[in-house]
Order: sequence, then C-alpha cells, then structure tokens
Amino acid sequence: MIEVLSSSALATVQDLGREGGLRWGVGTSGAMDTLALAAGNLLLGNEESAAAIEIPVFPFRVRFSEDCAFAVTGADGAATLDARPLMPWSTYAARAGQVLNLGMPQGGASRAARAYLCLAGGVDVPSVLNSRSTQLRGAFGGLEGRALRKGDTLRAGKPGPTTRATGIGLVPPALTLPLQADGCPAMRVLPAAEYAHYTPASRDAFWNTAWKVTPQSDRYGYRLAGEALVSITAVEMRSHGIVPGVIQVPPGGQPIVQMRDAQPSGGYPKLGTVIEADLWRLGQAPIGSHVRFIETTWDQAVAALDEIRAWLDEIRRLLELHQGLRYGT
Amino acid sequence: MSMEAATFSVLGTTAALFEPIGPTTLAVQQRIWGLAREAQAWPDVREAVPGMNNLMLTFVHPPRQLAALEERLRSAWEVARPLALEGRVVELPVVYGGSGGLHMADVMAHTGLRIDEIVELHSAPLYPVYALGSHPGYCYLGGMDARIATPRRKVPVVSIPGGAVSIGGAQTGVSASTGPSGWNTIGTTDMGFFDPMRDPPALLQPGDSIRFRVEKVIR
Repeated sequence: MIEVLSSSALATVQDLGREGGLRWGVGTSGAMDTLALAAGNLLLGNEESAAAIEIPVFPFRVRFSEDCAFAVTGADGAATLDARPLMPWSTYAARAGQVLNLGMPQGGASRAARAYLCLAGGVDVPSVLNSRSTQLRGAFGGLEGRALRKGDTLRAGKPGPTTRATGIGLVPPALTLPLQADGCPAMRVLPAAEYAHYTPASRDAFWNTAWKVTPQSDRYGYRLAGEALVSITAVEMRSHGIVPGVIQVPPGGQPIVQMRDAQPSGGYPKLGTVIEADLWRLGQAPIGSHVRFIETTWDQAVAALDEIRAWLDEIRRLLELHQGLRYGT
Repeated sequence: MSMEAATFSVLGTTAALFEPIGPTTLAVQQRIWGLAREAQAWPDVREAVPGMNNLMLTFVHPPRQLAALEERLRSAWEVARPLALEGRVVELPVVYGGSGGLHMADVMAHTGLRIDEIVELHSAPLYPVYALGSHPGYCYLGGMDARIATPRRKVPVVSIPGGAVSIGGAQTGVSASTGPSGWNTIGTTDMGFFDPMRDPPALLQPGDSIRFRVEKVIR
C-alpha cells in the first residue's frame, strides 16, 4: 500500500484507457503517455495495461507502507527513495516506510511533463466499464472517480510471477524514437475532413510554424497559440464522433488538440488528427513549450503504430532474456 | 448504380467518419442506426458510433486497405434500410426559468417570444434520441421547433449542473453531469442519466424518446 503525502492535485490513476463506451457517451480517458505506462509495467512484469499513477504536478511524494517494487517512467523528476537518487525508467524495490519523492522534471526545453509511478501488480482500484482509468466528468473509475489527494491510500495488486526489481533501466522513447522539427518536438498529423476549408496561408502556417502550448492545456485538450487559422467557408457542422488527437479549430482560429479526457463527440471544424502513434509526444509537451506538426499519410501513420509495437516487443524480449540469464532458465 | 452523396474521412488511425450530406432527418438517422448495426460486426471495427446523421467507426487495428473500407461503407449505405428502433418514452418534469434556467432571458431576446410561448413550444414535441455523446449518458435529440432555435453562447459557461435543459442552435438537450457548456440553459430536471454500475449504464439509447413535462414555470 502507498500513501499520498503531497497535496499536489491533478494526479490520477490511469491505465491504457476505456474502450467500448463511446455508444454511451463515455470517452477513453487513459494515460497521456501510453508508452511510458506500458514500458513501466513491462519493467515490473505487469500486463502492459495495468493501472499506474499519472503525475503532472511536482513535487509529488508517496510513502510505501509495505514492501513494493516500482518504476518511475515518463518525465525525469530526479526521483529519490529516502535520500537515494534513482535512475528514471528503472525498477527498484521499496521497503515499508520509505518515501519516494518526484521533483521538477529535468531536461530544460526538452523536458517531459508527466511522470508515471508504476507498482508491481498494478494499482489495484476497481475496474469500471472495463478500465481502471479515472473518468473525471463521469466521476467514476480510478480512485472514487477523482484526482488523488493528500492522505489517499492505494493498494498494489498481486505481483505476477515474473515481477522484477533488478535495477534494469530503459532508454526512453523520446531518445529511441525521436521526432523533431527545427529543434521542437514534432507530431505527425493526418489531414481531416475540413482541412481543405482553410486558406493556403493558414495550412502553410499550420505545417511550418511552431505552436505554443498555452496554460489552458490539460488532459481534456491542448489549446495551442500561433497564427490564427482562417477558413475560406464557414461550415455548419453536425455533432459527430471524435477521438483523442483530433485538432479542432473554434471560430477564434487557435487550434485545440483533443487529449485523453476529451469528450467523444464534437462539432467544431477539424483540421487534422495527431496520429495515435505520436499522441504521447504531445501528452509530454509541457505548458509554455513549442511543438511542430508534420503532414503524414495513412500508410506512414499505420507504420508508426507498428514501430511502437516493435519497441514494446523488444523491451519484453530483452527483459525475458535478462530474466532467463539471471535464473538460468 | 448512383452513389449517394456522403463524405468519408479519417480521424488519425483511430477512427473513420462517414457523413451523408443533406438535411438532418429521423429517416436518415434510422438508416444510420441500420448501418451502425451492420458495421459493428465488421473485422477491425471496435465500435460503430452514430452521431447526428453520421457514423464513426473506431478500429481495433487500423485497416491496411483504407480504400476497401470506404468502398464497403458506401456500398452498405446504398442499401441500408431504416432501422425503426422502438424504444421507451421517458417523461422528464422540467422547471423552466428561474435560477435553474439562467439563459431563458437570452432565448426570449433572440426569438422575440414570451416565456410561456417558449415553454409551450419546447414541451410540445416527442424528442427522439438520435445518438449519445459529449459526456456519459448525454443524448442528442432531434425534433426541436425551429422557432426557439438560439445560437450557442459566444463564451461557454464554465460549469452547468447535471439536469440542465438547454438549447444550442437548432438542438436541445439535458446535461447528464456537471460540466462546461456553450448552450443556453432554460430549465432544470431531476433525473439520473448514467450509472456505471447499471447494465447498460446509460438510461437512454438511440430510438428512445424524451418528453418534457412542464412542472413549473418561474417567470
């Protein structure tokens, strides 16, 4: 069991997301950085989809009230266990009573925004509609359907037979799967239905200028600031399904990228969609940073998903190899 | 064979959107329901989600051949027959105006109608549930009288409570939980639309209907 010691709000329990509820108006929720969550779980011998704590505000502190293996992935917040500095993207064994502290993410302009605290066995909250992710609007999932508070306690599930706490570390995906444009983190985008409604100058600005992540950016959506995007014709939209990654352009012309807590339907014009394989990159872009968009094709976007699958499969293979060497199986 | 006008587009590799062109009608929506029921069984389709006279398909795996999916959707739409879902009628008692209907004055100003006229026009129809979306348990309704249509608010309200009855453009709806909204709230009702522990969790589904019963008008 762990106890939350800090009062920093907005930390939530998330897994890979809730599928199958769109017909009831239930969006997916789930980790903003699915690679960090899945990799952290693999390190601990969990299912990739096990629940963890997503932490967007620092410092964040928890106390372990029993022995527990854990890994911190995502943002590198110079973590310490009691006074001992920890490596990011690595597994450790905490003993009962030890305090884990996650500080401000390091890395200057290329720092990441969110850390994931993964526990061996996964965070054990009830599965609601097939997921443990927190559904803030619906007030269910996660811990009582809300963000964590100081004094909350969370239990870890029963660790699997392959639980590892061996100090193995991973190279983060921002380094192994880098994507940048002019020094800014970049995301590939597939044009959407209303793309052709925008002026050539606006389309050009969308692809060729940097977009600032404004303070009004959160798990619901990233509001970006840059040159106002102008449509040639006003289009009257009917409400239709949307998904995380969709880039909506409200009348003011400043785009909003839908993120994991986005509502599952909308009616604003859509310029494009950040592809599923790159949404984690935007989820890790901190407020105040700049991002760039790169036009892509269907085939490239599908191939990018394959690339992520291959990255996770390679981690699994290396961990199994390590396990085999260690135990002589 | 003449193909009916409809647009097909993708939402990244997560989903595809199919939008027939033309006026929003219940007849088209019934064909959307029919198409959704068929497409739900296709390989790689995770969910077939009706919108307002359109359909979104989300993917378990993105199809390698996107053109084949588009072709299949268009062919299925050509022959899609109306699925006349016979649902329940749920009556919702509404208190119109007052503190629970904060924007009634704006609807009166825009339409030039008196509060009693607005209440009469709003409570007269049987509203079919076209689709669910926006937030858990929220219903998109058809059938509002065009005379009370009122544009969405220029600045969205940060938080309106669950049960708020509101008008946004030519549509009306009831918030299922507290959250932000750009619609004009004209009244309030006391009904639980969603319970994750219930099966199904949403009170209403496409094909059901809502009737607003005037419980009280606060002038």
